[in-house]
Amino acid sequence: MSSPATTPPSAGTPGDLTAAYYDLNEHAHPDGYSTGLGFWLYLMSDCLIFAMLFATFGVLGGNYAGGEGPKDLFNLKLVAVNTSMLLFSSITYGFAMISMQGRNKGATLGWLFITLLFGLAFLSIEMFEFHELIAEGNGPQRSAFLSSFFTLVGTHGLHVTFGSIWLVTLMVQVGRFGLTAANQRRLQCLSLFWHFLDVVWIGVFTFVYLMGTLR
Amino acid sequence: MLIEPSTHSHWTPLLGRLGLDALPTEPIVMITFVGVALGGIALVAALTYFKLWGYLWKEWFTSVDHKKIGVMYMVLGLVMFLRGFADALMIRSQQALAFNGSDGYLNSHHFDQVFTAHGVIMIFFVAMPFVTGLMNYVVPLQIGARDVSFPFLNNFSFWMTVGGAVLVMASLFIGEFARTGWLAYPPLSELAYSPDVGVDYYIWSLQVAGVGTTLSGVNLIATILKLRAPGMKLMRMPVFTWTALVTNILIVAVFPVLTVVLALLGLDRTIHTNFFTNDFGGSPMLYVNLIWIWGHPEVYILILPIFGVFSEITATFCGKRLFGYTSMVYATAVIGILSYLVWLHHFFTMGSGASVNSFFGITTMVISIPTGAKLFNWLFTMYRGRIRYDLPMMWTVAFMLTFTIGGMTGVMMAVPAADFVLHNSVFLIAHFHNVIIGGVVFGVFAAINYWWPKAFGFKLNVFWGKVQFWCWVVGFWLAFTPLYMLGLMGVTRRMRVFDASYDPLRVYYIVAMLGALLIAAGIGAMLLQFAISIWKREEYKDESGDPWHGRTLEWATSSPPPEYNFAFTPVIHDLDAWADMKKAGVPRPVSGFKDIHMPRSTWAGIVLAGMATLTGFALIWQVWWLAIVGLVSIIGTAIFHTFNYDRSYHIHAEHIAEVEAARTAQLAAVANKGAAA
Repeated sequence: MSSPATTPPSAGTPGDLTAAYYDLNEHAHPDGYSTGLGFWLYLMSDCLIFAMLFATFGVLGGNYAGGEGPKDLFNLKLVAVNTSMLLFSSITYGFAMISMQGRNKGATLGWLFITLLFGLAFLSIEMFEFHELIAEGNGPQRSAFLSSFFTLVGTHGLHVTFGSIWLVTLMVQVGRFGLTAANQRRLQCLSLFWHFLDVVWIGVFTFVYLMGTLR
Repeated sequence: MLIEPSTHSHWTPLLGRLGLDALPTEPIVMITFVGVALGGIALVAALTYFKLWGYLWKEWFTSVDHKKIGVMYMVLGLVMFLRGFADALMIRSQQALAFNGSDGYLNSHHFDQVFTAHGVIMIFFVAMPFVTGLMNYVVPLQIGARDVSFPFLNNFSFWMTVGGAVLVMASLFIGEFARTGWLAYPPLSELAYSPDVGVDYYIWSLQVAGVGTTLSGVNLIATILKLRAPGMKLMRMPVFTWTALVTNILIVAVFPVLTVVLALLGLDRTIHTNFFTNDFGGSPMLYVNLIWIWGHPEVYILILPIFGVFSEITATFCGKRLFGYTSMVYATAVIGILSYLVWLHHFFTMGSGASVNSFFGITTMVISIPTGAKLFNWLFTMYRGRIRYDLPMMWTVAFMLTFTIGGMTGVMMAVPAADFVLHNSVFLIAHFHNVIIGGVVFGVFAAINYWWPKAFGFKLNVFWGKVQFWCWVVGFWLAFTPLYMLGLMGVTRRMRVFDASYDPLRVYYIVAMLGALLIAAGIGAMLLQFAISIWKREEYKDESGDPWHGRTLEWATSSPPPEYNFAFTPVIHDLDAWADMKKAGVPRPVSGFKDIHMPRSTWAGIVLAGMATLTGFALIWQVWWLAIVGLVSIIGTAIFHTFNYDRSYHIHAEHIAEVEAARTAQLAAVANKGAAA
């Protein structure tokens, strides 16, 4: 965008004044001009949601109410497998973005599909874990520790679910309309979202699972 | 079991907890219900008769124009203000009546709902829409932009706020509202002690509206950072835009906290988790901490833009640059940061110990330093200015006097030892009404009188404006001075009846009631002012677009501004860009217009928000099938909407040339009239 001089003009004709105080040759902001910043701001607000849930877990995480604690409940091996699913999905999303930059629609769609599979695997393992806990009577109602555990981990899982729905939507849109500028922008936003969920999960894995079993 | 029909005896799969017993049976509520229903039917009939639905839908409800959305926010604020004030009158009259063994006219079931609804409505559905509406209308104009960064999101945010308001209003007639006080502290707000739908109405109305508020915060930050006119560096932004920036940063940084804390309370109530319960390891004080981490910044979210309003008005009506612009900006930023570090002063009595209480007491007192700097800046702007006492300036002076006293009583309560006496007394009630009415409400009235001519092209009637002013200022002090005195004597808040030992104190409540009636007269005068001004709009017409000799860019356009705001984006060389342009005598460009790229109206905002409101209603009454249908339709509709890639259009240069030629003729006529006079 060509930006006109912003120094005040010295004496001249009225026409010069008008030209100095109005952008007579302006170009409209391109579509999506604010989208990057706006999406980052949204992510930061989402980050605060997780910050609050972490804080809640920090406060209530030791309140077992006579029930079982992390050491008895968490299956670290299963969680490690689950973590690797999510981490792999971030790598494959990265490959999708590289293919997008190379304008390779087929490869982009392929990597997105693999990302989706990893995401679904993550969700399935998480649901299995939740199911086991609830079946043994250790549901979110059992203690404040479990309430905050299920809410923190579940909120993350809900985000991955919505991310997966979004991923499918984008795959359809890229398939139908190609790697247009608008679609590339959307893929970039989802990329931020997906990696953000990865970062949050690293916090969950460390803070909830690893440190929980050390407690 | 995850989905369990709580403690209600008559949960049915089809209607959840809804039953005929949800409808009002008490005479007062029934009469209100009939009145509102008749009024609603009359309104719908009138709109249909005058064939206005199409116009409203096309020009307003689906509009993404920030100016129209701003006006709609103000209308929402005004309507809810009448409701919130009706609650206030009910509180005042109950407390004036319930002496000498009288039970008053409100039973505790109703009285508790009334004071809760009063607080919730006044903060979330009056003050917030007013402030958001002002920012929406004014900020893009002040920075020389054509709209906000995300126009569709803006429309959606507005309708989500409406959705929240609709849920609160629905609770009046279907079921009941919370009886917990405006922040719904647990354990009282837990299922065990509030088994009815009141707290659920509270939770879901705020969740629906909160989504709107957060997104509108994101939107306005992006707008201010990305869409400023060329040359407008951050330190050349008008003060109102600065305060809007800080406020919206606060919004994005704290509304997620409210979302989480209400969601956790909702989980406790719906699936019986134990976050804030008394047993199973829950911690009610965690709720109190979290909600005030949102709640304290919230009061600065409300007051900061109003400081901006007063800054603009003071500079304009004193005919000079604002004194200490830089210090004003820094004071705003410092208040924004400090607002996060004071939340615990709302519950010194929690028993955190002397060191924690001292920390929060000191941070609270420190806030008075940047606030004091602002007051001195306004005073020094007035010093040796040519002050014009038009209505906005009158409100500004009333604010400076009233707000300062409110600030001082705040510093009194910041002393933890004093707070142990004043906590939960009506002294506190007097304090925060002193700053919210003296600050936010006076500021909104100042802003309405100041920017009305810009929005509608005619000024407001001065006589009725003055009647409103004096009724409010005198009424405010009459209503709240007795509360300060009662509070110092130790009277607690939220009292419904007073036993014989209170008899000598009745006179204070009667004086407070008279004050409230005077304020009611002030509201009547304001409505009359609007009506008369609209009636005589030809007489009060302002064609110049700059009726107050303003200093910032919104006054550079016609009144009302064209949909594209500026035919050519102004280039900024100095603070107070429009004053600078007037001084330099810059001629308006009258030719060479180009097509302008604008966002298209969309149905998606109002439809999505309508679905969200319905989903909220289903969750309140635990009508699970409807909640699921609602959620699925929201997701489906949102996805469907993303398939629409064609969201903008061009206003053609020929059309702009016509509009601008009319404007040129209008300005020439104004100049001729001026020359003749």
